[in-house]
Amino acid sequence: MSRAQTPPMGDRERTMSRAMVEAIAWEMERNEEVFVMGEDVADYGGIFDSTQGLLEQFGHDRIMDVPISETAFIGAAVGAAQQGMRPIAELMFTDFFGVCMDQIYNQMAKNTYMSGGAFNVPMVLMTAVGGTYNDAAQHSQTLYGTFAHLPGMKVVVPSTAYDAKGLMHSAIRDDDPVVYMFHKRLMGIGWMPAPAGPKTGVPEEDYTIPFGEADVKRTGEDATVVTLGLHVHRALEAAETLAGDGIDTEVVDLRTLVPLDTETVLESVRKTGRLVVVDEDYRSFGVTGEIVARVAEEALGDLEAVQRVAVPDVPIPYSRPLEDEVIPGVEDIEAAVRATQ
Amino acid sequence: MYEQMVTARYYEERLQEEYLEGKQPAFDISAGPIPGELHLAAGHEASGIGVCAHLRDEDTVTAPHRPHHIAIAKGVDLNRMTAEIFGRETGLCRGKGGHMHLFDPDVNFACSGIIAQGCPPAVGAALASKKRNDDTVAVAFLGDGAISQGGFLESLNLAALQGLPVVFVVEDNDWAISMPKERVSSIENGAERAVGFGMPGVRVDYDDVLAVYDAAEAAVERARAGNGPTLLELQVHRRMGHFMGDAESYRTNEDIDWADKQDPIPKLAADMRDAGVSDERIDELAASARERVEAAIEWAKEQPLPDPETAYEDVFVTEEPRRPAVPTGGDD
Ligand SMILES: Cc1ncc(C[n+]2csc(CCOP(=O)(O)OP(=O)(O)O)c2C)c(N)n1
Repeated sequence: MSRAQTPPMGDRERTMSRAMVEAIAWEMERNEEVFVMGEDVADYGGIFDSTQGLLEQFGHDRIMDVPISETAFIGAAVGAAQQGMRPIAELMFTDFFGVCMDQIYNQMAKNTYMSGGAFNVPMVLMTAVGGTYNDAAQHSQTLYGTFAHLPGMKVVVPSTAYDAKGLMHSAIRDDDPVVYMFHKRLMGIGWMPAPAGPKTGVPEEDYTIPFGEADVKRTGEDATVVTLGLHVHRALEAAETLAGDGIDTEVVDLRTLVPLDTETVLESVRKTGRLVVVDEDYRSFGVTGEIVARVAEEALGDLEAVQRVAVPDVPIPYSRPLEDEVIPGVEDIEAAVRATQ
Repeated sequence: MYEQMVTARYYEERLQEEYLEGKQPAFDISAGPIPGELHLAAGHEASGIGVCAHLRDEDTVTAPHRPHHIAIAKGVDLNRMTAEIFGRETGLCRGKGGHMHLFDPDVNFACSGIIAQGCPPAVGAALASKKRNDDTVAVAFLGDGAISQGGFLESLNLAALQGLPVVFVVEDNDWAISMPKERVSSIENGAERAVGFGMPGVRVDYDDVLAVYDAAEAAVERARAGNGPTLLELQVHRRMGHFMGDAESYRTNEDIDWADKQDPIPKLAADMRDAGVSDERIDELAASARERVEAAIEWAKEQPLPDPETAYEDVFVTEEPRRPAVPTGGDD
């Protein structure tokens, strides 16, 4: 696990958005080729504070507000990256990718491969994911599986400020396209209170968290919960309650979906024998199925029970009781862990 | 039209109050009786109302993320729309859509929260009209920020090529969240884009429902007569933040004051007085608008929340088509 190689958290606490911005600012200061493009990233500072304060430091030339034309500006990031620049493009909500998907899955993701490695695309595409605030089906999706399914881009999903900063440094320095998906409810914005957890100590210096290294956020003997993003915190909360009933839950935070750290998951399942995968994305053809399949392939003999907790293949509804029904909550995770015992 | 203008304005004011209700003292977007984002259209009334005055129930309207004034003008059931915004079972969409996604087949009204993505379906409705040889028209509303979007530009082209009965209405409120219009487009008059597609483009560059009414009349008549699409760009004003909770730190006070001064409602009242309408009559219209809005909000708040199990329904067509769950008794 990476903790040994990365600096200690220290007690300089930051929200997840502050931590991301620190990494972006550090990289921009040292590399003229890094710039940010997106809707409302400059004067507004990003709707979810993902670029807050960068305009004052770097000006409109390097923190570029662009018209609502995702095909053009995300495609332009691809083109600039192919020229060796290091653009960070933000699309406000992951739900909006539909209008510009070609630039993402045919250009950004495939040009390295199709060119036989002649071109590469060192860009970061960051975007907000997730529901839990009743914004309905076009503004609440998570779509981890969609991006992880399409080959050619790395997919990063931080759950804490510490991870967010280290993963952002890694993302900007990476020579491949990286999709950086942050959950709105983890950012620490005033109007969307975060659970306890994502605000952590963050070292002042730069540091990288390597892709493909899951993090065991809680160790346990009786069940393995594999999850990511917001649901790391929901799983940790469930684990506390379960501990009261004598069920010792291990919580594995995947941190990156591509590359995926199968080894850490297997190690945990070999120890506990019981696997619960929790995802805020749709259930079918997604993260839960992938993790279960990999464990089945490699550690079938160790598996005593499996549960999947995910959005039950319906668009995210608006009304509160409906949204609560479909987005996995702490109690759903608890119940799933109990069902494996 | 005055009554509708006031209805829309009062509706927005009441929604604002209700929205903030559950969000005190700390603003938490997911708290209160109306959660999620809320985009209010105060200052946009002239466009929705001036345009929809020429439409019938059979005509199609697609609205963007700021839809209430357009919905009111198109005759969407006010009670059920309000119930939807409150997330109730008897809402237009059974609580699944919310304020940005209002659908009312009775008056052919639909919404999308994805910028400019209501344009292609409006073109489709116009295509159906042409193929069936009826005289219905389709109107797609969008913001000035949306005129850079592929979905809009491609729709203009297709509609012009096929000579479809569709009107594209750009509500120019000078802003796209924090982006002023001059940083979104290098031409000032968005209606000029029509030229490149071979259709008429008309801009009404002051916020006045009578001017909008006239411009829209020509465009709708042209479409209804089978003479093809028109692009209208209408100056409106954003009197509030982009969404509730937007502190607008990017916007100067002068600009906010300016938007305030352009209020189309007192302007229309003055025009009515000039035309000999009495103050009593004007007050009467406003009072009946208020009553209607109050009744809708009251009704909506009494409605039950949906059963969580209904979250699984409607992904695909259900066997028994479900029409309005409860007769609303409303005046729509
Ligand atoms: C495809 C897409 N990109 C971005 C957004 C986020 N967004 C919502 S409203 C908005 C600004 C829209 O401005 P404008 O079209 O001028 O309408 P206004 O809000 O001013 O009425 C943006 C960028 C979105 N909903 N869909």
